[in-house]
Amino acid sequence: MPHAKIPRKSTNIDMTAMCDVAFLLLTFFMLATKFKPEEPVVVKTPSSISSIILPDKDVMLLTVDAKGRIFFAIDNKLKRKELIEDLNASKDLKLTEAEKNSFALGASVGVPLGQLKQYLSSTPEQQKSMDATTPGIPVDTAVNVPTNELGDWIVSARTTNPAVRICIKADGDASYPNVSKIIKTLEGYKIFKFNLITNLKSIPQGTAAYIEANSGTGEKK
Amino acid sequence: MAELDTSSGGGHKKGPGVKKGKKLSTRIDLTPMVDLGFLLITFFMFTTTLAKPKTMEINMPYKDKNLTDEDKNKIKKSVALTVLLSKNHRVYYYEGIADDPDHQPEYKVTGFAQKNGIRDVIINKKKMVDDMKRSGALTAKDQATVLIKPDTTSTYSDLVNMLDEMNINDVKVYAIIDISTIEQDNIKATEAANGIK
Repeated sequence: MPHAKIPRKSTNIDMTAMCDVAFLLLTFFMLATKFKPEEPVVVKTPSSISSIILPDKDVMLLTVDAKGRIFFAIDNKLKRKELIEDLNASKDLKLTEAEKNSFALGASVGVPLGQLKQYLSSTPEQQKSMDATTPGIPVDTAVNVPTNELGDWIVSARTTNPAVRICIKADGDASYPNVSKIIKTLEGYKIFKFNLITNLKSIPQGTAAYIEANSGTGEKK
Repeated sequence: MAELDTSSGGGHKKGPGVKKGKKLSTRIDLTPMVDLGFLLITFFMFTTTLAKPKTMEINMPYKDKNLTDEDKNKIKKSVALTVLLSKNHRVYYYEGIADDPDHQPEYKVTGFAQKNGIRDVIINKKKMVDDMKRSGALTAKDQATVLIKPDTTSTYSDLVNMLDEMNINDVKVYAIIDISTIEQDNIKATEAANGIK
């Protein structure tokens, strides 16, 4: 019985198109990427419906982990350098030039001022292990006391960059008294407006905010 | 595949005396390159942060040391709802501001659930204030006011959830206030009465 002859086709596929796509995507991701700043601790922020985007610059970030330890970070290398010089002068920390540069290039800092010199002179690996055990930046409910070092950081940050915006990124499990201390400190320096970093969640249906959000599209409930 | 057609299929025929150069295929296997490309894409996809963090802006009330307690308590009792945040994400609330220590209001308990949670309480409060405005008991300027008092056992997420409820329910006036010892005692008493440990 003569059977139909299946024409043999080459198994070679033209890879050019695929290659093009791959590199196009690669270029996109390379350009769109902005590396996550290294975080000293893992923080799980709570969610809210607020969709205000965190500004790009002039941000001072106070990270609070679940245990209530505070880490301080600020953007802009030049401002960081100015800040540490200011802090060095006002608190007489006796930092060397190398240690100041280490701060300017580093990320978050969460050690008491007394340990800052040692922290800045250690290697990144050592700093990481110190981050795991550090008590965080000391803070207190009273404002102008030596035990409230967060206040010193805030003062230095505001003198070097008056336009700085204060953001609090706290873990959802951080207890309220710890967060309250930060808010009290900010209030002590007459800072009544600040941002809390949250995840975005959808607006529940039928609520006032939901109606507000959808009123523009003509869909009214 | 990506290749230049070098085969002299239908082109000019070279003369018989011309030696043909050895033809090397210009075909390159692109598979490894594609592999590499996708590997890099995967890397960048995982490291990239496309979504920027969202923030919530809060304004704390301006604190002036010269302010007396009388000035602070200027809000009308009928528009106020006091919410106490307690441990295990429990929420206690009562109507008014409880300024009379001898007559403490009844504490009711709720949570952050979608149904029958604190949201319904706030919505009811807003409705009540609106009704009172219509009947003339309150002036048009009055607004439902929520006083948020987190106690020492509450967490940051409770506070954010509560502030979020303010945004969700469009409560214009709210404040975060320190909890008083009377209120803390009352929470304990309510917990004891309900057998909550």
